[in-house]
Amino acid sequence: MALNITDIKRIAHLARLEISEQEANQTLTKLTGILGLIEQMQAVDTTRITPMSHSQDVVQRLREDVVTAANQREIFQVNAPILGNGSIEKAVDNGLYLVPKVIE
Amino acid sequence: MLAKKEISSVELTQTFLDRIAKYNPTINAYIALDSDKTLAQASAADSRIANGTAEPLTGIPFAQKDIFCAKGWQTTCGSKMLANFVAPYDAHVITQFDNAGAVNLGKTNMDEFAMGSSNETSYFGGVKNPWDFDRVPGGSSGGSAAAVAARLCAAATGTDTGGSIRQPASLCGFTGLKPTYGLVSRYGMIAFASSLDQAGPMAKSAEDCALMMNVMTGFDERDSTSLNRPKEDYARGLSKVTGEQPLKSLRIGLPKEYFADGLDANVAKVVQEAIAEYRKLGAETVDISLPNSQLSIPVYYVLAPAEASSNLSRYDGVRYGHRAAEYDDLMDMYMKSRAEGFGAEVKRRILIGTYVLSAGYYDAYYLKAQQIRRLIAQDFTEAFKQCDVIMGPTAPSTAFKAGEKADDPVAMYLQDVYTIATNLAGLPGMSIPAGFSNGLPVGLQLMGNYFDEARMLDVAHAYQQVTDWHLAMPEGI
Repeated sequence: MALNITDIKRIAHLARLEISEQEANQTLTKLTGILGLIEQMQAVDTTRITPMSHSQDVVQRLREDVVTAANQREIFQVNAPILGNGSIEKAVDNGLYLVPKVIE
Repeated sequence: MLAKKEISSVELTQTFLDRIAKYNPTINAYIALDSDKTLAQASAADSRIANGTAEPLTGIPFAQKDIFCAKGWQTTCGSKMLANFVAPYDAHVITQFDNAGAVNLGKTNMDEFAMGSSNETSYFGGVKNPWDFDRVPGGSSGGSAAAVAARLCAAATGTDTGGSIRQPASLCGFTGLKPTYGLVSRYGMIAFASSLDQAGPMAKSAEDCALMMNVMTGFDERDSTSLNRPKEDYARGLSKVTGEQPLKSLRIGLPKEYFADGLDANVAKVVQEAIAEYRKLGAETVDISLPNSQLSIPVYYVLAPAEASSNLSRYDGVRYGHRAAEYDDLMDMYMKSRAEGFGAEVKRRILIGTYVLSAGYYDAYYLKAQQIRRLIAQDFTEAFKQCDVIMGPTAPSTAFKAGEKADDPVAMYLQDVYTIATNLAGLPGMSIPAGFSNGLPVGLQLMGNYFDEARMLDVAHAYQQVTDWHLAMPEGI
């Protein structure tokens, strides 16, 4: 599966990672190498093999639909990021987190 | 020593803190230290010892890999993304050590988001292998490894997703264990690849690892993959593996694929000598095959990056972690924050993961990998019909020089060639010191069947009764 620069840029966008032209080129080389490694899988016949995600035969545990977590917003907001764009304030206001406007 | 009051926990802890102050600036094993917090725990431990409520680990100073959230401690996961993050809660593993009265010496350095085999991807710089400062300690639990080897702690915790406890144990000459998947709760353990990550002990000996296992394992309802099993004492069999031929009737499987191309000849020699020692202990060896071994690396480098790309999508600069200083709109904020906060290897893996999960490629890559994963697990199930424990090398070579593999991701990935299959299958794995090659430690790997940790620890302990590789210490520090 040969990759090109357009692929790298598309994947980077999906992953929400800004990538410069130079980085994209370097990444293309390294990723092509890694994908070459992965290609070895295609030689294996896996018809009718069930995919495995967990070694033990377990099911998702359920619990009662009751509130068990306390509101710890104050404690969590100690880790809020700095707003940026000229401001050194934390990106919080009245218990809410501040982000750029999304809806016009 | 603590129980007999020959020394107090405060004195013992202070001794380690002094050593850390002296050697950590060079070795760089620890990212976060807080002697006030540490000594307060030591003092509390001394009280428990005095009033008779001590447990086996009470008062013992441990190093904690910086992947575990510890309330009030800087918890970085080796990344710029979380450089200023102070954990608001404790990981289950941290709580268990606290309840046992253990002392937290500090948070250890690691490859960024646990992605690496040399500790070279850490935002906080590389870690020196205490046996040779020009070489790497292995990774991703490189800081914990160096701390154990350089005696900057009594023992340490690590995590192992593709070999990150076992490979450093091999490169730094100590005992490390990755438990069966599901035995140790992942709550509060920063996620890399959720179906593979597992925390475990890193210590001088199998006996120490057994005591740590007793504290670290146990059901936790906050981890949906935590297994609810009856409590067991992992040290229960240790005293029985003494005397003449203590391992008579043990069948050790030797997979031919683990002794083929790619394995350094001197490492192979040390491993074979260790196996010969096991025959003297009464064990018999059986040649086995794990035919799909070769596929472990491609399968892992599809699954782990895929799961990582999903887990690391939470780092968006909104509520915690790094946010870019300048950005236009929300999309720009995400893209810059993530590009700035993550290092090159992490970005590479996120990109691979995103690619293999993307529309049109999911079946060919992710699904295919999960199918081959089952084949790899089945190889082990078949093998365990013919043997009780599997042995082989842990790593293909001894510790390599810093910078040697940093430019070639594939060369770095091949470091994990012998350890990855156990993570994919969810099986327990250990590495124990088996000797030296050109002055550098060599590890022997033990792989067991699901939930067979106690037997593996017995088997390791038996070897450690008749050899002293695990007692060797680097000179000059």
